[in-house]
Amino acid sequence: MKFSESWLREWVDPGMDTAELMERLTMAGLEAGGSAPVAGKFSGVVVGEILAVEAHPAADKLRLCRVGDGAGTHAVICGAPNAMAGMKAPYARPGARLGGSTGGEREISAAAIRGVESSGMLCSAGELGMGEDAGGLLALPEDAPPGADIRELLSLDDHSIELDLTPNRGDCLGMIGIARDVGAMLDLPVARAEIIEVETRIEDEFPIRISAPRQCPRYLGRVIRGIRLDAQTPLWMREKLRRSGLRCIDPVVDVTNFVLLELGQPLHAFDLAKLQGRIDVRLSLPGEKMTLLDGKEIEFAENTLVIADAAGAVAMAGIMGGIKTAVSEQTVDVFLECAAFSPEAIAGRARAAGMQTDASQRYERGVDYRLQQRAMERATGLLLEIAGGKAGPTSEALGEIPATRRVSLDYAAVRRVLGVEVPAAEIKQILTRLGFVPCGENRESLSVEAPSFRYDVAIAADLIEEVARIHGYDKLPLGMGLNRQRMGQAPERQIETGRLRHHLAALGYQEIITYSFIDPGLAASFSAVDTAAVRLQNPISSDLSVMRGSLMPGLVQTLRYNVNRQQENLRLFETGLVFAREGDGFRQQAMLGGLIAGARSLKNWSDSDANADFYDARGDLESLFAIGGKSADLRFVAAEYPGLHPGQCATVMLAGETVGHAGALHPALQRELELPPAFLFETRLDALCTRRVPRAGELSRFPATSRDLAFIVGEEHAAGDIELRVRETAGPLLTSLRVLDVYRGGAVPEGCRSIALGLTWRHPSRTLDDAEVERIINKIIKALRETFQASLRN
Amino acid sequence: MPDLDELAAEALTAVAGSGDEKALDALRVRYLGRKGLLTAHLKNLGALPADQRRAAGQRINLAKRQLQQAIATRRKALAELALDARLREERIDVTLPGRRRAVGGLHPVTITLDRITRIFQVAGYDVAEGPEIEDEYHNFEALNIPANHPARAMHDTFYIQPGTVLRTHTSPVQVHVMEREEPPFRMICPGRVYRCDSDLTHTPMFHQVEGLLVDREASMADMKGTIVGFLREFFEEQVKVRFRPSYFPFTEPSAEVDMSCVACGGKGCRICSHTGWLEVMGSGMVHPRVLEMSGVDPVEYSGFAFGLGVERLAMLRYRVGDLRLYFENDVRFLRQFH
Repeated sequence: MKFSESWLREWVDPGMDTAELMERLTMAGLEAGGSAPVAGKFSGVVVGEILAVEAHPAADKLRLCRVGDGAGTHAVICGAPNAMAGMKAPYARPGARLGGSTGGEREISAAAIRGVESSGMLCSAGELGMGEDAGGLLALPEDAPPGADIRELLSLDDHSIELDLTPNRGDCLGMIGIARDVGAMLDLPVARAEIIEVETRIEDEFPIRISAPRQCPRYLGRVIRGIRLDAQTPLWMREKLRRSGLRCIDPVVDVTNFVLLELGQPLHAFDLAKLQGRIDVRLSLPGEKMTLLDGKEIEFAENTLVIADAAGAVAMAGIMGGIKTAVSEQTVDVFLECAAFSPEAIAGRARAAGMQTDASQRYERGVDYRLQQRAMERATGLLLEIAGGKAGPTSEALGEIPATRRVSLDYAAVRRVLGVEVPAAEIKQILTRLGFVPCGENRESLSVEAPSFRYDVAIAADLIEEVARIHGYDKLPLGMGLNRQRMGQAPERQIETGRLRHHLAALGYQEIITYSFIDPGLAASFSAVDTAAVRLQNPISSDLSVMRGSLMPGLVQTLRYNVNRQQENLRLFETGLVFAREGDGFRQQAMLGGLIAGARSLKNWSDSDANADFYDARGDLESLFAIGGKSADLRFVAAEYPGLHPGQCATVMLAGETVGHAGALHPALQRELELPPAFLFETRLDALCTRRVPRAGELSRFPATSRDLAFIVGEEHAAGDIELRVRETAGPLLTSLRVLDVYRGGAVPEGCRSIALGLTWRHPSRTLDDAEVERIINKIIKALRETFQASLRN
Repeated sequence: MPDLDELAAEALTAVAGSGDEKALDALRVRYLGRKGLLTAHLKNLGALPADQRRAAGQRINLAKRQLQQAIATRRKALAELALDARLREERIDVTLPGRRRAVGGLHPVTITLDRITRIFQVAGYDVAEGPEIEDEYHNFEALNIPANHPARAMHDTFYIQPGTVLRTHTSPVQVHVMEREEPPFRMICPGRVYRCDSDLTHTPMFHQVEGLLVDREASMADMKGTIVGFLREFFEEQVKVRFRPSYFPFTEPSAEVDMSCVACGGKGCRICSHTGWLEVMGSGMVHPRVLEMSGVDPVEYSGFAFGLGVERLAMLRYRVGDLRLYFENDVRFLRQFH
C-alpha cells in the first residue's frame, strides 16, 4: 500500500516529519519500506493563466502565449498541443529552478527561441517531476489563483510512503485504517468521515439476490444514469491517485479507485445496459467460463464465488470483472457494486488463477462488512460531482453477517506473555483507541468486542499483540529467565557429523553444498531405477527438477564447474539427504559423498606427480570408518554401479550390510562431461556416526612375533577374500595384518600375482615360541592353497 | 721378544695415528688381545726371576693402562670426528617447502551453522533435525497456515505431489518434536529449506535455523533477551537490536528482528539500504493454536520461537556479496573460509 503523507495528515496530524512518521509506523507493525518525494525539487513556479495563444512567426510547432501571473503579462513560447486561451498551467518565471525527480537542476532564464523572446516557460507534469506527461501542459484547476506558488497550491512538499503490510492487516489497506492506527499509536484524534447521503433523483433499481450467503454477507447495488465518461477527473483526485501509485483512467475507475484507497472498500461498476435480468451472487457452476476485463478467458475452479446476471457470470467476485459487462466509452448508465465477501471465499482464488488485483488483495485479507453503505454514498457522491448523472436508491441484499467477536483478556496473561506489567488502564485505553469496544471488565480481566474491520483478532493472544505493539516492543525488558539448570549431554556412541567433516577437511577435502534438486539427465546417469526418482511438480527450471538420489551428480557437477575455471586438483565432499520413492512414501537418507580428481598431492619439488586413483578415495573413506573403530567390520566388494567404471567400483559393506559404494567415474561419462578422471565415494552417514564406547584392556608385556609371507595366487582371486581367509586362520593372537606388496611379472607366472602379507602376533601373558608361529603359518599356507590354489613364494 | 718400552711407544704412536674405529680395534687386539704383544709380556712374567717379577709386572700393567687410556681417548676423538662428518653430510636446505597435503575446509554455511549451534547448545538447546520432504499438514496446517491463507503466498512452495511439499521452513521439525515428546522444550532446528523463488536475492534452496522454547513461564521479554544475546555472541559485537511488530501465522505477538548494520554501524550504507538496520530474524510468541495442535496445553505453557536465514547471517558476518556464490561451489570462493 502506497499512500500520500499529506493525505494522511488530512485525517490525523502526527506532528512529526516524514522520517519519524515512517519510523513510528514501522515500529507499530506497519513497515514503511520507503518514501519518495511526489514532485521534483523546483522553485519559482506559479499558476499562469494563458490569456491568448498566437502562432510563432518562425516555427510551425511552437506558439506564443500571453501568460498572466497576477503580477503582469509575459510572452512565453510553448510547444504543448493543449495550450489554449483560458487555461491555467504551471508557469516557471525567469529565475525559477527546475529539477526533475531524476534530472539535474537548471535555472530558467529569459531566452530567444527561434528569434522570439520567451520570458520563462510553461510546464508539463513531467517537467515538474510529477509523473508522466499527459498531452502537454499540466492543466491546473480553473479556480487556481494566478501567481500562486504551485508547491503550496498542490501541496507538493509531500511524500509517497510505501507500506509493506503483513497479510493480517487488511484494515490498513485504506487511508482510514492507517489514520486509525497512527491515531492509536500516538494517542491523537482522528478525523471522522461523515456519511453524506446522496440525493436520489431516479427510482431505478436493479434486482439483487445472494445465493451464497456465507460467502457474501452484504451486497449493495445502485443504478446511476446519464454519466459522462469523458469528464475530466479533478486534479486533486488525480494527484491523490498518482501519489498512491495508481493511474488515472476515467471518472468511474478513478472514483472507485479513490474510494478503495480512502476507505479500503473495493467497488465495481457494470455497464447497466449490458446486464441482464438480475444480479445473483452465487458459486460457479461446473465448467463455467468467463472472459475477464484483461481479456483472459478463465474456467472457474470449483465453488468460485461469482457475480452473475441472467445470462451467466459477469464478474469473479472480489477479484475482477468480466469484459462483457465492462464500462466502456459508450457507457451512459452504470450499476455500481459495493459488497462484502468473506475472506475465505476469496483467499487463494486470485493466486490460483495467477492474478492479484487491488480488490482481491483487500478481500482476501478482509473488508469491513459494515463499510458498504458509507463507501457507496462516498463513491456515488464523487461520481455525480465529476461525471454528472442521476443516482437511484441503494439496493441491499444481505447474506450471513458475521457475529461480532468478543474476546476476553486476563491481565495476568499479558504479564505472563510479555514479561512485563502493563497497567490495566493502559490496556483498556490502547484497545479502545484501536476501535475495540469494552463490553465487560473486572479486576482480573477485560472483555472487548472486536471491530468489524479486524479480521485478525480472535483470541487473547491477538489482543496481547495489539497491546504490545502500541505500548511498544522496545519497552519490553531483555529477560534471560528460565535458567533452570539442566546437565549437558555427551553421547559417546554418537560421532558428530562435524567430526567427520573436520577429518575430511584435514585430508584436503573442501566441503561443498549443492542444490537438492538436480538435472534429470545427470541424475539418471547415476541411477539404476528411474521409477524411484522424486520429481518436483513445479520446478524452478528443468535442470533443477528432480530430487537427487545420490550425492555423486552434485559432486561431479561441481568438479565440472571448477575444472572449467582451471581448478583441477580437487578433493570435494558433501553431506545431505538423498531421496527416493519407496512404496507410497519417500526415503530420505542422510549420506556423505566425496570426490577426488587430479594429482595425489600438489606438484612439488619432492614427491612424484602421480594422479590420485581409486585407492586414494578408498583410503580416505576407510579412515572415516576408522574414526568409529569400525575398520575390522569394513569390506569392499567388487560391484557395478551406474555412472562408475565397472572394473573400478565396489560396494562398501559394514558388518555385512551395504552402506555405500565407491569407484572411478565411468570413462564414457567422463568424456561426455569433458572431465579428468575422478574417483567417488558415497556412504550412509549413520554408518559413520556410531561407535562403541571403548573398553581398555591389559597391554601385553611380551614381545610380538612378525612374519612376512608372499603368496602367488591367480588374478581371479580378490585380495580382500585372501585377507579374510588369512584372518580366519591366523588365530586370535593376530594383532596386525597388512598387505605389503602386490607384484606381477618376473618369476610370477602369467595370470597370477604375488601378494605379500605382513603378520604380527602377540600373546597377552607369555612369549610366543617359534614352533607355535610356524604351526599357524603352516595352517595359513594350507588354507590358502586349498581355497585359492595359492603357493608360497620363496 | 721386543723391549717393553719400545713396544709401548710403538703402540701409542700407532693408536694416535689410527684413522678409524676399525683400525683402532685392530690395534687393541694386536697389543692387548689374548695373543697381543703386551699380553705376551705379562704371560712371560713367570719366566722371570722371582725378585724381578713384581717390578716387571708393575711396568707392564702401567704400559697396558696407558695404552688402554690412549685407545679410549682416541676412540672418543674418532667418534667426534665421525659425528662432525655426518653432520656436515646431512645438512639440508630447511627453506625448501614442507611436504604436505593441501588442507581442505568447510563450507561457510556449515561454519556459520556450527557457530549458531554452539551458541545455543551451550545455552541448553537441543538440536533437532527432520525430513525435507514434508507433508502439507506439518509444513502449514500445524503451524496455523490453513490452505488459502494469504501467508502461503509468502512461502512459494515446491510440490512433490498433492499434499507433499519440500519444507519451506524448519518449523515442522519443531511440530514433530512437540507431538512426540513432553514439554518443556528448548531446541533449535537447523537445515535446508526450499522456496520456489530464484533471483538476485533468493535461491530456491537455503538454510534456516528455527528455535523454540516452551516452558511454564516463557515471555516475550525472555525472547528478546535470548535473541539479543545470540546476535551479540554471533557477531562478537554489541550490536543494537530492535523488535518490530510483524505477522507470522504461527506466532502471536510476532516480531521482525532488526540489527544495527554491521558494515556501517547504523549510519546507513549500501548493505543496509541506507536505513542503518538489517532485518535478520523473525520471532514471536508461539500461537496458542500451534501449541494446542501439537498437544501442548497453551494455558499451562507458553513459548517463543525464532527463525533466521543462515546464508544471510553468513553474508553479513563474512561480507559475501552475492547469495549465489554459496551454491556455485567455486573452490576459489570456498577456500577463503579456510
